This record gives sequence, structure tokens and C-alpha cells, in this order.
Amino acid sequence: MQIASKDVSAVDMVRAALDKAKKYADYNIFISLSEDAALNRAKEIDEKIAKGEKVGRLAGVPYACKDNFLSKQGATTAASKILEPLKAPLNATAIEKLEAEGAIMIGRVNLDAFAHGSSTENSYFGVTKNSTDMERVAGGSSGGSAVAVALDIVPFATGTDTGGSIRQPASFNGVYGIKPTYGTISRYGVVAMASSLDCVGFLARNTEDLNLLMEICAGQDPKDLTTLPDYYTKTEKKEPKKIGVIKDFDSDAIDPAIREVLRQKLSELKSDGYDIVDLEMPILKYALAVYYIICPAEVASNLSRYDGIRYGYRSEDAKNLDEIFGESRSDGYMKENKRRIMVGNFVLSSGFYDAYYLKAMKARTLIIQAFDDAFKKCDYILAPVSPNPAFRIGEKVNDPVAMYMEDILSVTLNLAGVPGVALPVGKTDSGLPLGLQLIGPRRSDKNLLDFAGKIGFKIDDKEGK
Amino acid sequence: MKYEITIGIECHVQLATKTKLFSEVDNDARGKEPNSCVSPVDYALPGMLPRLNGEAIKFAIRAGKAMNCIINSYSRFDRKHYFYPDSPKGFQITQFYHPIIGEGYVELPSGKKVRIEHAHLEGDAGKLTHYDTYSLVDLNRVDTPLIEIVSMPDIHSAKDAHDYCKELWRLMCYAGVTNGDLYNGNMRFDVNTSLAPKGADELGTRTEVKNLNSFRSVERAVEYEIKRQAKLLDAGEKVIQETRGWNDAAGETTGQRSKEEAKDYRYMPEPDIPPVRLSDDFIKTEMEKVPMLPNDYREKFGGVIAEDTLEVLLDYPQLMRKLGELSDKSIKNIANLFSSVLLAEEKSTEMLEQLPTGKQLEDLSEMKEKGELSSTGMKEVFAKLFDPQMKVKDTRAVAKELNVIQENDTGALEAIVDSVIADPACAQAVADYKAGSEKVLGFLVGQVMKASRGKANPGAAQEILKKKLA
Repeated sequence: MQIASKDVSAVDMVRAALDKAKKYADYNIFISLSEDAALNRAKEIDEKIAKGEKVGRLAGVPYACKDNFLSKQGATTAASKILEPLKAPLNATAIEKLEAEGAIMIGRVNLDAFAHGSSTENSYFGVTKNSTDMERVAGGSSGGSAVAVALDIVPFATGTDTGGSIRQPASFNGVYGIKPTYGTISRYGVVAMASSLDCVGFLARNTEDLNLLMEICAGQDPKDLTTLPDYYTKTEKKEPKKIGVIKDFDSDAIDPAIREVLRQKLSELKSDGYDIVDLEMPILKYALAVYYIICPAEVASNLSRYDGIRYGYRSEDAKNLDEIFGESRSDGYMKENKRRIMVGNFVLSSGFYDAYYLKAMKARTLIIQAFDDAFKKCDYILAPVSPNPAFRIGEKVNDPVAMYMEDILSVTLNLAGVPGVALPVGKTDSGLPLGLQLIGPRRSDKNLLDFAGKIGFKIDDKEGK
Repeated sequence: MKYEITIGIECHVQLATKTKLFSEVDNDARGKEPNSCVSPVDYALPGMLPRLNGEAIKFAIRAGKAMNCIINSYSRFDRKHYFYPDSPKGFQITQFYHPIIGEGYVELPSGKKVRIEHAHLEGDAGKLTHYDTYSLVDLNRVDTPLIEIVSMPDIHSAKDAHDYCKELWRLMCYAGVTNGDLYNGNMRFDVNTSLAPKGADELGTRTEVKNLNSFRSVERAVEYEIKRQAKLLDAGEKVIQETRGWNDAAGETTGQRSKEEAKDYRYMPEPDIPPVRLSDDFIKTEMEKVPMLPNDYREKFGGVIAEDTLEVLLDYPQLMRKLGELSDKSIKNIANLFSSVLLAEEKSTEMLEQLPTGKQLEDLSEMKEKGELSSTGMKEVFAKLFDPQMKVKDTRAVAKELNVIQENDTGALEAIVDSVIADPACAQAVADYKAGSEKVLGFLVGQVMKASRGKANPGAAQEILKKKLA
């Protein structure tokens, strides 16, 4: 990506991004734009450059912020009604680090409310449209982020991935996205979905950019006790030799186009001299069920704080305390939010905890072990991200189980805490982007990105690959 | 009483750490504006994550040591969910499954032991003040670190319940983990009481009286519950398992919430705080910081200080520590001064914070033993040792300034006695004494005291008088 210099001004870059954001308004990508603030910051950077002062590694680079990050610039909605846009008194650690390097947020992009969803249809601010076909979904929950990058409005966008929310929209729109190893980037200041699964990551047009963003944002944060000490910038370069393929994922439930592109990619790798290793991971058939117990439980818990008392939306009709809680939450949440709150509270309730939550936690341990075992046999795993390319708007939104099936291939990584990179690899006959995910062992993120860049599409290269 | 009384007590202790359990905000909200000691973590802004206060972990270890408890090298936090405006996150962070403090016991002054089941760390809730049509929320107290100490049902009388709570309070104060201010809720007691026919295998149905904040109210509430439950059982009725509140003015408990309406807290492990793993060395180092505890002092001072005086003084760790600095021969004198003078003072609380030095007290006791100070003189000097101007001086200088050092110089005293005997005004008394009237000796001693302007040691004066008039 281009950074501001004596030749290219930050103001021009930011203005161009803002112009494109407005030009593509029909895609419903942005929840809010912060034109004045962004241009003012750009001016400051240009002045620094003019004076010959040192500027950061992202000087003047415009970016889109998934609207579940807190920032003093603009207001945060999490695409919900209940936050009643929240003016935050602080910046999320990731935002702080990006902006310290000179990155400029031009606005907040759409998502499924509280990141609950796989299509950005569950947004209080309406659906975001796919970058190649406006009849289709952007994917989700980081749908706005993916479309903003795919339409080249900004070179990168922030995202969060709890069960595929970066990788699936990235692959629906033909861009790169990384869900890092759990704990790599601080979650401080990011509206929590499911704490033990949430990962902050990025979407961009190539892996070099993702690598730079990771170098800037990775590392321990005293404000997030689950962050890992920085391993990322200290990673030793390592080339993979063996690529695993999960046989359990190769079923009729997966769209033929996706199975085909995976087969193709594997045979290319084989002819390039890589060993292809077949992996049996039968435990993964429980991953979706495990995910849809642990995730709603943590969601129900994390969403308890939105009660209409201290900030956010409070129902006008509430006449007593119970009604403040009940009515505010009833009005303030989207249907999918409420569904997850109900399920989460059910699996945590006394008498059911052992049967659901505790059992799911045990299965999660087995899933972690399965990945540990797999990475004894291979260096990385190549797999589909989702069972299908971008689907039509409205196709699944009233069928929660069909929608949850979207996550069947992506949630396993979040349960195991391992990193995954979504990479564009091809297109369907009708031109819809096809993506795959490259999965690595914990802390392999840097080498994983490097390899994903090698085998993925070169988006900005007119010839393709 | 035909019933067996069984009592178990849960006690919440607010830890006097500098900052809160999960944020870096001042933990001491005394005298501060409502909602002024609150960080975004405390008021649960989206995206905020708890940090963990290491000092609270250290305090928990010390508290555990004071109760002879095992400290668990592995502990973990859990979320306890409920909706109420005093709980900004919608859950309390507590330790439901893996508490930091394991089994132990507290020994009462009577020698009875009450076993501790466990004790866990958790964050306190905020405070609500209710008005006619609205309520105000103050979050200053949110996530003040607490340890909740859960006893086994080893208590069998209202008196023992009182003694247990009091001993627990002393232990926590001695261990230095709490300010111990009961009036301001630094320690709060929930008391479970049940009655069963004597000899029965199973315990009866219990009630829980919540939020008692004095030993006296614990004792009275238990007494009330015993009577109330006995009356029900006598009449063949059933005790309902419920939470009851205590009305101190009326001296009675009232039903608040029965088990059927009990909340489901939907506990789950706190995913934002990794498990706490403590090394043996860390635990040992912290345990060694626990100073002498009430029982250590009972053992040390048992033969020296009268038992009832000692039990009174034990409420003040500062006094015990001070006595601990003194040599054996001074302890009794000074202990008596503490109980009869210091604790009787209106400003005793302030005085406790500025006790005289060990040397000053040591000298004071020695002057008394040597006869240089009368009992009254010693008390006067003692009281002056708290005076800001006087306290910097040594004891003798203070005594001199007060002019209370007794005349023990035999030569000087003999001269005074001689002058009294020679005084015509005393001639009659002298004659009477010589005639065998012992009574007049007092009068003559008085005259000596007067002539010495009160500085004569009356005992010595009497001896000399007797010798001279023999």
C-alpha cells in the first residue's frame, strides 16, 4: 500500500478514499464517515512531511474501521440500536497502534449487530452488498470491511473474527484476511462478542500489507490479560514442506466449485514439490455444535452490560426497573442477538451447565488436541472457508441453522485458537470470488501469511496469476 | 432447649488494597463524591477487560494464613450473572469453582474451633440509594476486592456466632488486609441458622439472615431466629428456606426471598482472566508477612495481663504490637494504662494512631516501679505523652515538666519529716501517735506531702515517720 510522501499527499489519499466511499454508497458499506477528522489528520501528516519530520509506517494511509472498535473519532454502534451511537472516551489498543503509525480512519463500516452473523444482514443499519454482485451478501460479520477493501476504497480495514467473521467475507469478496492466533492482538476497546474466541485481525488486498499491520498491532497489552508476548516480529522464517488437507471437509455439503478450486490448488502445490498429507479429523464434526454452545454462552454474558442504565438506548415506555432492562433490551437488540442470548442463558442455567457448556469445553479440548496432532503431520492445512460462495440476500436470513452452517469450516480455528488466512484463489463461472483458508499452528502467523501470499491471487496485478 | 442449633456464617471482607480488583482506580472512596472512583472497566464500557490486582492476591494469601487455611496454587475466576443497577457488567466476577483459599479453621477465645470451608476473591457491587420515584446509583464501591469467607456449620450458639465474627474481624485486622471499619461495611456477615431435634441425623431447614454489620446484630439475629424457628417447630409447622433481613431497631428478622424465587446465576468461567497460578515460594513469602495474631498474643501475654483486660486490648492490634515491643517487666503497667486511660479517652481512635515510643513507655513503667511516679503521676505522664508538644521529649522530661516526680531522696525527705515533726501545728498529732494512735499517721504523711508540694513518695514518707517516731 502507498504511504504519504513529498510526492503523494495524505490529504489526496484520504480525499480519494472518501470520494470512493460516497461513490459506492449503494453498497451500504459505511455506517458513518468522519470526513473532517480524517482530512484534519491528513493535513497534520502532510505538514510533518513538509517539515521533514519522521512519520509512521502507515503515514496517511486511509482505512475503514469495523464499527465494533472504540475510538475517540466518531461514535461506535456495533451496528446495533442499543449502543445508540456511543461516544467513546478512549481508543481500542489496535486503533491506538495503527494511528500512532499515521493510519487515518475515514469511517466506520457495517457488520452484523455485535458481529452476530455471517452475512451482514443482521445490521440495524441495513445489509451491505457484495462487491461483485449487489444481489448477494457481503458475508459477515466483517462485511463492510471486506467490501470496502474489495472495491479499493481503502487499502485495508480492521476486522474481528469469532467464528469466521474476517475470513468468510474476505473470501466472498476476493480479498485477503487474517484471523491471528488467539491473543496476538489486544481485544481492549473492541466490543466483545465471545471473549475466548474473539480475535482482532485485518482485511487487505495483499499479504505484505497484512504483515505490516500485524507487525504494528501484535504484542502483549497490559489491558488485555489474554494477549501473548510479541512472537510475531520475532518469527524465524520457515518454508513449509507438507500441506495437509482435511478429508472430513471434503463432502457433498461443500459447493462443487469450492471443492474443485481446492483440488486444483493442491495439485499445483504437489507439482511445485510440496507433500500433500491427508488428515482425518473426525472430532471436527462436533465443532459447530461446540461453537454454538460456547459462543452464545459468552455472548449472553458479554451482552449483559447493555441494560439501559449507564449508557446506550433506554426504552421510553419503561415504567419500572424490570421494564428498563426488559424493554430496552427487547427493542435494542436484533433478532439474532436475542436468539444467542436465549441459547447462551439456557446452556448456562443450573441443571444444564454440565450437559452443555462443560461438555462443549471438553470437546473443545479435543479439538485443540486434534489440531496439535495434525500439525505433527503437516506444516499448514489448506481448507475451504465456507461451504459456498456468496449467497443471495435473504436466502438464509430466516433459517438460522442454514446460516450457522456457513460457519462450519471456520469456527474450528477459533475453538483451537490457531491462525487462519483467507486467500482469494479463483472465481465461479458467474464471476463470484472463491477463497480458501490456510491454517497454521499457533504462533505461525507470519510464515503463514507469507505462504498465503505466494499461493493466492495477486489482486492488483491486472494479469491475475 | 430440645433442639440442636447449627449455624454457618459467610463473611465478606473488603480488602484495603490501593486500587480496585480489576482496574487501576483508587479503592478508597471514603469521603469522595459518588461515582468519582470509577474507571471505564468498572462501569462496563463496551470492550473493557478486567485486569487483576496482584496486591489483592497477596492480601488473600495473608488472610488465608490468618485462618490457618491452605492456599491453592491454582485458582480461577467465574462470572455470576444477575441484572441489577449495582452490577454494571451484568455479572459479578467471583471464584465459584476454584477459590484461592482452601480449608482451614478459626479458634475462638473459648478454645472452640470453627472450620473454614473455603474463601474466595470477588468484586463488590455498587450502592443504590432509593427515593420515592427514583433511585441513585453510586459505583464507587464496584469491584472493591472482597474475600468471602465461608465457615462450616460448626457454630452452635448465638454467643459463639458473635465470638466467631469478632475473632474473624480481629484476624483480618491483624493480618492487615482490611480497614476493619464495620460501620462502613468493611465486613458484612450472612448467618445461616437451622434447628433440628436433638439427636437427629439431618440438619433442619435453614434460613439466611443477610448483611449484618455488627457482632451484636449477629448475636441478636441468631437469638431471634432460634426463638422464631423453635416456635414454628413446636407448633408442628415448617421452617421455610429463605433469605431474611435484620431490622436492628425492631430486633427482628423478616422474610425477603424464598428458595423458589432463588436466582439462577448462570455461572461460567471468566474468559478474560487466565487462571491464577502461584508458586510455593510466592505463597510462602506472602505468608511470612503475616505478623503475630491474637492467639500468639494470648500465649505471649497470658500470664502477665489479666484475661479480661487482654481480651479488651486484643481488639486493637496497634496496642498489641506496642506491648510486644516492651520488656516483660513493663507489660503489665502499660497494658493497664492502655485499658484504663487510653481506651477511656474520647479521642482514643486518634490516639491509637500516635502511640508513644516503646522507650517512652518502658521508662514510664520503670519510673513507676522505682517509686519515682505515683499511680496518678504515671497516668498523668502517660496522657501527656500524646500531647504533640510533649511527645517528642523523653518520659523523664515530661514528668519533670509536670512536676510529678516523687521525692525519694531519703536525706531530703528526712529533712522534710523532721520539719513536720518539729512543726508546732503537728505537736498534738505527734503526741497522739506516740500514745498509740495509728490513725494520725495518715495526717502526718499528708503534712509531709504538703511540705514537699506533693513530690514526696508517700510510702517512703510513712516509713521515715514511723522510724523517727518509734
